Formats: sequence, C-alpha cells, structure tokens
Amino acid sequence: MLTLAILIPLVGALVLAVMPKITQDTARVIAVGTSAVSFLLLLIVWAQFDTSAGAPAFQSLAEIEWIPSLGVAWRVGVDGMSLALSLMSGVLFIACTAWPMESSERPRAYYAWFLFLEAVSLGLFLVLDLLIFYVFFDLSLVGMFFLIGRWGHGDSQRAALKFFIFTLAGSLAILLAIIGLVLSVDPVTFDMRTMIDLQPLAGMDLRGGLILLGFIVGFAIKAPLFPVHTWLPPAHVMAPGPASAILAGVLLKMGTYGLVRIPFQMMRETFADYALPLAIIALASILWGAVVALAQTDMKRRIAYTSINHMGYTVMGIAAAGALLNGSEGAREMAMTGAVVEMIAHGLITGALFLIAGGFWTRSKTYELDAFGGLANVAPRMTVAAVIAAFASLGLPGLAGFVAEVQIFVGTFAVFPWIAAIGLLGILITAALFLRLLQQVFFGDLPKAREGFPDVSLREGTVLAALLALVILIGVYPRWLLDLIGSASSAMIGG
Amino acid sequence: MPIGDLAPEIAIIVAAVLSLLFAALAPRNLQAGSAIIALVGIAVALVLLMVQLGETRFTFTGTWAMDGASLWARVMILLATGFCIMLSPDWFRSDPRHGEYYAILMLAALGAMTMAGAGDLLQLVISVLLSSVTGYTLAAWHRDWALSVEAGMKYFLMGALANALLITGIVLILGLLGTSGYQNIALALKLGKGLSPLLFVGLAMTITGVAFKLGAVPSHAWLPDVAEGAPVPSAAFLTVVPKIGAAIALARVVQLVPPEFMNLRELIAVIAVATMTLGNLAALKQDDLRRLIGWSSVAQAGYLLMAITVLGLSPDALTALLAFVASYAIGNLAAFSVVAHLRGRTALSDYDGLAVSQPVAAAALVIAFLSLVGIPPTVGFFGKLTLFITTVDGGFLWLAVVAAANTVASLYFYARVMGRLYFGKPTGDVAVLGRLTSIAVWVGAVAVLLSVIPVETALSAFEMSRLLPL
Repeated sequence: MLTLAILIPLVGALVLAVMPKITQDTARVIAVGTSAVSFLLLLIVWAQFDTSAGAPAFQSLAEIEWIPSLGVAWRVGVDGMSLALSLMSGVLFIACTAWPMESSERPRAYYAWFLFLEAVSLGLFLVLDLLIFYVFFDLSLVGMFFLIGRWGHGDSQRAALKFFIFTLAGSLAILLAIIGLVLSVDPVTFDMRTMIDLQPLAGMDLRGGLILLGFIVGFAIKAPLFPVHTWLPPAHVMAPGPASAILAGVLLKMGTYGLVRIPFQMMRETFADYALPLAIIALASILWGAVVALAQTDMKRRIAYTSINHMGYTVMGIAAAGALLNGSEGAREMAMTGAVVEMIAHGLITGALFLIAGGFWTRSKTYELDAFGGLANVAPRMTVAAVIAAFASLGLPGLAGFVAEVQIFVGTFAVFPWIAAIGLLGILITAALFLRLLQQVFFGDLPKAREGFPDVSLREGTVLAALLALVILIGVYPRWLLDLIGSASSAMIGG
Repeated sequence: MPIGDLAPEIAIIVAAVLSLLFAALAPRNLQAGSAIIALVGIAVALVLLMVQLGETRFTFTGTWAMDGASLWARVMILLATGFCIMLSPDWFRSDPRHGEYYAILMLAALGAMTMAGAGDLLQLVISVLLSSVTGYTLAAWHRDWALSVEAGMKYFLMGALANALLITGIVLILGLLGTSGYQNIALALKLGKGLSPLLFVGLAMTITGVAFKLGAVPSHAWLPDVAEGAPVPSAAFLTVVPKIGAAIALARVVQLVPPEFMNLRELIAVIAVATMTLGNLAALKQDDLRRLIGWSSVAQAGYLLMAITVLGLSPDALTALLAFVASYAIGNLAAFSVVAHLRGRTALSDYDGLAVSQPVAAAALVIAFLSLVGIPPTVGFFGKLTLFITTVDGGFLWLAVVAAANTVASLYFYARVMGRLYFGKPTGDVAVLGRLTSIAVWVGAVAVLLSVIPVETALSAFEMSRLLPL
C-alpha cells in the first residue's frame, strides 16, 4: 500500500514526461488525479492504523530485498509521526498542483516535476531504510533545483544553484554520518528499526559525537536553522509560489523529521548529551528568524524568515524531548507531540501563505509590501484567507499553530525553562510582524495601481479554503491528530 | 607454455591485425568495416575472459596475474572500448583512412588490459609503454588540427617524463630487492626485508609513473588538453580505459607493501586529496565543456585513490575500487557520448537552452553529470557510497570528509552546465552527428540509470574477487 503511494506519483511523472502534446489543463488534471489517488491510499493506511497503547511502533510494513550484501532493502512502514507528515504532504501536493501555474511555460514538465517531488517526499517519510532515505533526501534536491531554476523568476538560476549546493553539503554530512552509524553494527544493515532497537553508539563518546555532528549539520541545513539558513530566502523569493509552498511545507520537514527519526531515535544517549547546544541553536533560529523577518520589506522574504523561526520551535521541542533518558516523561512527550504538530501546522499554514504570496506575484509582479495597501476593499476573500493564515502562523488560539506551540513551550519549560522563556519573545515578534504585514497590505489606502486587483479565483479559493479549513479544524478539535502523533511520541519517549 | 591463459589478449591482437589489414585493402566508403572486426574481436575476448572466471593464480612464471580484479577490470576495459568504437564511425566519416584507428584503439585497450594483469614490474613497464604509445596517436589523430596535435604533444611530453620516472623507480626497487616479480617482492616485504628510504623513493617514483595513466597529481596535466583537443572518441577512451588498467596496476603495487611497514598509504591519501581538490578547483572556472569534463576526470581519479589508500586496511577496499571504477567509466562515457553526438560542441555557452532542441541529449548529459556527482539513484552514487564506506571503515575518516567537501564543490560546475541546458536561452539550430551516436547516448543514459538493478550482483561478484599477490 505504502509502496504504491510512492510509485503512483512517480508513474504519473513519467507519463507526463513522455506524453507528447497535452494541454496545460490535461496535465494539471493528471497531476491532481495522481496525487489524489496516492493520498487516498494513505487515507486507507490511516484508517487501518492502530493507535492503542500496545500497538507496534511501525505498521503497514513491507520489505523487498535489494542489496543484501550491504544490508539494504526496500523497507516501508509508518508510525504516527511519519503517517501524519505524509498525509500533510499529500494534501499540500494536491493543493499546489491544483493551484494555477504562474507562467504557462512547459506545463507538462512542470507538473511532472511536482509529481516526481511528491513521490520523493512521500518516499522519504515512508521508508524505513537509511540508504533509501538518503536516496530520497538527495532526489528532493534535484527536483527542487529544476523547479526553482526553470519556473522561478528574477535571478532564479543563482538561487537554485545556491540551494542545491548548500543542501548537498548537508546531505553529504548525513551520508557520512549514516555510514558511521551503519559501520558500528555487525553485520552491516541499513534497517532503521534494527538501529532503533540496537542503539549502536551507546557509550561511544567521540565517535557518537562526530556522527551526531554530521546528522545535526545536515538536518540543520535542510530545516534550516541559524546560521546555515542563508540559502532559504533567495530560494523562496525566486521560486514560483506553489514550489515555495512545497519547499516550506514539505522539504523543510525532511530536516526535522530526519532529526527525530535518526539521531533522536537511534542514538538517544548521544543525543541527550548534546540536547542543550541543539536547543540553543534552535533558540537562536527562533529569535534570528523573527527579528530578520520583521526587517524585511519583501512579503515573500518575510514569510520565508518566519519559516526559520517556526522550525526553531520544532527543533527546540525535539531537543527538549530528547534531553533526558529518564524522568519528566509527560513533559518530554508533550514537547515531542508539539514539535510534530508544529511540522504539520507549519506545512499547512505556510503552504497557504506562500500560495497567497504567489497569487500576489501573478497579479502584480512584485512582492514589495509598500506596493500594496487597502486590498480588503477590492479583494475581500483574499483578505480573509490571508488573515486566517497569518493569525494561525503567529499562534492565535483556536488555530493549528497554537496547538503546536503551546505544547512545545509547556514541554520545554519542564526541561530547559530559561530557553523556553527567551523563546517566547519569538512569538511576540512574529505577532508584530504579521500584524504589520496585514495592516500594510490589506488596510489603509488603496494605491492607484492596485485598483483592478482581482480577488481569488474559484480554483484558488477552493484550494485556500481547504487548507485553512484544516488549520481551523486542528485548532478547534485536535484530538484526532494528537491521538495519531501521540502514539508515536509515547512510543519514542515512554518506550 | 600455458598460452591459453592469454586467449583474450590474443583475440584482441588478432582483431587489431585483421582490422589493420582490412583498412589497408578496403575502399574509402567501407573503412567502417574495421569497426565491425574490432567489435567481433572484443566479443570473442569477452567470452574467453568468462572462461577465466574464478581463477586466482599467477601464470607465465609469475609475470601475469589472473584474478578477479584483473578479470573485471579487463571486462570493463573491453566494454568501454566497444562503446568508444560505437562513437567512432560517425565521427570519422570524413576521414578516408580511418580504418586504422580501430587497430590502434585495440592495441591501446590491450595496453590497459596488460596493465591490469601485470604481475611483474617489467611487465608493468611494457604495458604502460604500449598504452602510452598508442594513446599519443589516438590523441593527435586529427593531425591537421592544432588543438589535437597540441593534445598529443603534451600527452607525449608528460608521458616521456612519467615513463622515465617509472623506469627509474622500478630499477631502484629491482636493485634493492633483487627481484621484479610481485610474488617475491611481497614475500620479502612481508618479512620486513629491504626496507629503506630508498625503497620508498623507488615506490613513490613507480607510483608517479602509474599515476600518469590514471591522470592523478603530479602527472595529470595532459588530461584536460586531451579531453579538449583529441577527437571525442579518443577523449572518451583515454579518460576512461587506461585509468581502469592503471587503477588495478597501482592497487597491486600498493598492496605489495604491508601497511605497518611504510607510510605508503598516507602518501596515496595525500595524492588523492591533491588530485581531487586540484581537479575540482580547476574545473570551477572552465568555460569549455570538454576541458571541464577533463578536469572532472582528474578529480574522479582522486576519489578512486581513496580505495587504494585503504587497501589492506578495510576488507571492502577492492570491491569499492572496482565498483567506483565501473561507475566512473559509465558516467564519463555517457557524458562524452553526448558531446560526440553534438559534434564535439564544446563552448559552454553553446549549451544554452539545449534542452529545447535536443531533449534527449540534454537529459542524458544531466544524468551523466548527476552520476559523476554521485546523486542517487544513478550508478555513480553506488560507486561513491562503497568508496565512502570503505574509506571510513579503513580509518581514513578525514579523507572521506575531504572527498565530501570536494563533491559539494564539484556540484557547482556540474550544476552550472545543467542550469545552462535547461534554463538558458536556446541559440539557433543544433547539428548532430548520426544514428550510431544517438544510440550511444541512449545506451549511456540507460546504463547510468539502470545499473542500480544489477548492483547487488556486481557487488557480490566484486566481493569474491581477489587481488594477487595475496
């Protein structure tokens, strides 16, 4: 089932790549349809998923031999965390393929790359083999490189190249770390479950520390965390809106997901030793992301920097959850659940925000905040969508971001009280920057040039409504999501 | 005399002679017939090689090693040569007497094969010389074109120096140990006999001599010129085939010295770092695609040396060496097949927007480059993966880290070309060579992508291989 969910978008991508002469609409229908089928399969997996206390950690397992001499096999399976992330990715890919293209150049290739990225992203979350995880990790770079470079605007080639080089550096650090990890078991295996059970690096100080360093560098670049975040703003600004949404919503999660799945779960002892420095880096990202975002005059750059801030919260939660081997289970579990909910919430919210920003570009070819004002008069529906998304992003109660952040902070207070306290400043600044953004763009006087600013179309409106409905649903009634994710975090921390 | 042990090599000589005779007698429009003779010779040699599967012994009184390493290296040499032959008839269409080219190509392949199988220092010299002399001819084949002649000339001058060093080094070893056979040398060194700084000098000179064929520092300077100036089929051949033979030859020499006695492994590690760093840094600024591939090929030789560094320190070193050589050969040949198909188009700016007019060639070039970077799931990834695993396992973590940093740097120039292909503005019509090169482009791209399927078979075959003397 999971294998099919990965393969179907890949086949869709191939079909689009070789089918000659199809119109943009047909290409889009194929892309949305394929994503929907794959999403349906994930829903079935969810329906079968057992969240009760005694259930096995990984479910819907499947395994096919590939390179037995290296201990590599096609292994898929989900726990609550990866299932939630892949479902979120499924939603986001449907949304982004349904969203209109910014320029109608080469639609076939455009949608093919999206489907390729979908297969790669789902693959990354669903596989339980370190080598194949790495394969998908790298392939996500290739897909995004071409999407940004080819359909972006401005100096997009440079941005794409910078993105590719930065994140490849990170992924090679991960590769070396994986090799180090794998070589410490005998016989060599890349099976994630075996690694989680064996904890092969327990008691190895220097070696464990080096391997952890590799993982943290790699995943921090992908997440991204301060100070290795510099690839992110140009990549976002130059990328087309839907690609930005995927980049922020799905690709950044690969970093935080990997951080939990690999170092957190497979080398708990070493991770606990270095949890404090990691939390400090996370704190720096929270503050730096928020402050720099406040200073931006470009709307997309501003949203991009808030991503760094939000990923900071996530990593802070993860660090708090892994800081101890025993004790304060309740708080650490809460921090972990909060971190995963933050990944989901950030995916949906920032996805929506970037799509809206993309809509601004299609309409007026600029992201400068000064160029807008008073849009609430001409585009009321877009205003509502942007207000909900911005409030969700700044953590207003009743919306998804709040559910995540409250758990992260409560959990972190029990472990690193002063870091959590300073981190709260980040929320204040984010609130300020989003309120100012809304005020500048949607209220006040309408500039002459924006008088004909069209409101969201039916298609755009449906996509945004669906994403934001989920954001509100998670905010008002989070039980269903918390049960799913909680089953994973209690298995990780209680187990 | 166990003449049957040399059956594959004899088949190649016979094919070379026959294709030369055919070229002398055939009319101009039938010169490509020599290519068919050469291909048949290669097929026969491959079959004869398969007979040797599983043999691990010395023959001809210790001068010729028959083992898994030389077997697979020779298989790769023959397949790579066959691929280069595929590129040639279209390329040399206007050359009235190009039938002779195939004879030289076969002899050059023979040189590489005998390098891989050399079990004696003197045999090593002869095979390096055979490979070099034919190589100069292949590089300078377009004798009316200054760049080609320059490439051949540089190759020759570098070669003369490197071969002189090789011979001096070998004479030193021979004088100090009183023997040139690998079996006897290994025996003496295992007992710690004859160790002296002078022996180290001799070994270092020998290594420099073989490094010439490998395109490694300090004898690498010919490679970018040959890649740029030689006819593209020759460039494809010379950047791949001699390297395969030289890799095994070098590994054999290094393996003679037990790691505990001499810091030879550290020397190789230093050469590896210098080679990969220099190759990648020089490639960064190239605005000529063929030169760029040439420098990248220097860098790849640096990666290759990592496996030789940990020979005897990690059990998987030989597997990684063979896997990396194979993956490099596939990736580099695929890249050159695209260049050949595009009539040797070489200025980087001529590649702008090529994806529009030549989608297949552009995609194939991207795939080949991704493989050379080592992005999964191309064959290059598995080469680099096994290489990294064995290097870390052998205790050279720092070397693996340097190689990873180099890989990141290399992405800059590879991705720049990819960017030009897909994001650039197309410039006018693009002339292509012919049907045969178009098939070669497909074969190359598919090989890069589909090599992930037999990877388990290949790795277990390589794992069972041995490198004599044990």
